[in-house]
Amino acid sequence: MGNFQFDWQAMISSIPHLLEGIPYTLLISGVGLVFGFVLGIVFGLLSINPIRLLRWPAIAYIEVFRGTPVLVQVLFIFYGLPEVLGGPIDALTAGIAAIALNSGAYISEIVRGGVQSIDKGQREAGLSLGLSRLDTFRYVIWPQALRRMIPPLGNQAIVSIKDTSLFAVIGVGELVRQGQIYIATTFNALEVYLMVAILYLVITLTLSAILRGLERSGLVGQ
Amino acid sequence: MADPIVEMKDVNKYFGSHHVLKDINLEVVPGEKIVVIGASGSGKSTLIRCVNGLEPFQGGRIVVDGHPLEPGNTSKTSRSLQAIRREVGMVFQQFNLFPHRTVLKNIMLAPMRVRKVGRNQAEETARRLLDRVGIGNQADKFPTQLSGGQQQRVAIARALAMDPRVMLFDEPTSALDPEMIGEVLDVMRELAAEGMTMMVVTHEMGFAREVADRVIYIHEGQIVEQGPPAEVFDNPQSERTKAFLSRVLKH
Ligand SMILES: Nc1ncnc2c1ncn2[C@@H]1O[C@H](COP(=O)(O)OP(=O)(O)OP(=O)(O)O)[C@@H](O)[C@H]1O
Ligand SMILES: [Mg+2]
Repeated sequence: MGNFQFDWQAMISSIPHLLEGIPYTLLISGVGLVFGFVLGIVFGLLSINPIRLLRWPAIAYIEVFRGTPVLVQVLFIFYGLPEVLGGPIDALTAGIAAIALNSGAYISEIVRGGVQSIDKGQREAGLSLGLSRLDTFRYVIWPQALRRMIPPLGNQAIVSIKDTSLFAVIGVGELVRQGQIYIATTFNALEVYLMVAILYLVITLTLSAILRGLERSGLVGQ
Repeated sequence: MADPIVEMKDVNKYFGSHHVLKDINLEVVPGEKIVVIGASGSGKSTLIRCVNGLEPFQGGRIVVDGHPLEPGNTSKTSRSLQAIRREVGMVFQQFNLFPHRTVLKNIMLAPMRVRKVGRNQAEETARRLLDRVGIGNQADKFPTQLSGGQQQRVAIARALAMDPRVMLFDEPTSALDPEMIGEVLDVMRELAAEGMTMMVVTHEMGFAREVADRVIYIHEGQIVEQGPPAEVFDNPQSERTKAFLSRVLKH
């Protein structure tokens, strides 16, 4: 052990610099998750469709994007896809796409689980009243499934927010990347990474608090 | 006799290789009250669930109010299904109310979506039906805030809101605490008195005796015996019926 001195000053002065990364972190995870939610609804519902021809591609998508690391996915998109497309993809777009595709696979499973968790008597009650299958889904199954999906969706949001830290490797100026840049000039790795960690915690704890509030309000869960 | 409103002809139903309904022939005329009895697993639920197409069947034919159902997923059958489900209400053992909708909105959903009734008229009808089943003051509660008996009465009101020509009941009181059975049976008695066509699966033999025009005893997917309650209960012809009745009437 050397005679290490914790440098509070370095930690404090890194804050303004690190804060510049937060909009990117939130943008990539926020926009990525919105698209991921859309993908999740589409592929989640397809994955429980009785028609095998529709189910099979959905399951393939889910397995591929759940079974490979999000880091590999973003590297593939950022460095690999341009070779096919014949033009570069900017790092922000690549990051958003990776979060969308990756969270979409997990959210598909959340959607599937949510819909399948609804008692089959609900569907039978809807159909027996003369509602079409679509209306039965829309007015009976989906609203109940959605409430049950909120806690796991919140969980996925937290995971995806943390996943954006990996995108420092493709040079997106998100939180970790800003930290790396700052450390390159000040060499205060411990203080700066500690501050980076604290800022992630602030984001995720805020989200957790909102979710807990939602659950307490009785609007979600059960 | 009037033309039947429900007609089952040589209906056969399998779950996999398990033969659950065997050559069921049954005609129900408008206004008739049928009570279906039989041991657990004999096929009572399956029988009435075939009437509104909740269960597909593999052989025979069912006609409800002129709409034919046949085995297989033909477009004719799916059109019939739509029509039949508008005309046939169903009440389940577990109520199956929609827990995310208030009592009022449980009742208003189908008339608004299926019959395209306006909101105000749907609400008016819903309130009138709630009054009729004796819980007009519970309209804005959620189902879980009600007792079992109240929930089942909401379920009956919900089915009635579609103005059905036939009502199916699958053990409507079996999930209820004993002190709540009476209030649900009372509602069903009133419905019967008003002339509703009813097919009821129940273990309430007193109700059957009092309300049924015809009691049907099912054993292992077959109709073994049927007739007016007095005959079936007091003078059963089949040994199986006798054995079943001696078991259930002991309690
Ligand atoms: N979805 C299903 N899949 C496979 N077998 C089933 C299914 N539903 C019912 N069965 C079987 O079909 C037979 C008839 O079932 P059904 O529910 O009609 O009986 P039930 O007379 O209503 O019995 P209970 O009094 O217990 O409600 C039983 O042997 C049952 O195990
Ligand atoms: Mg049953």
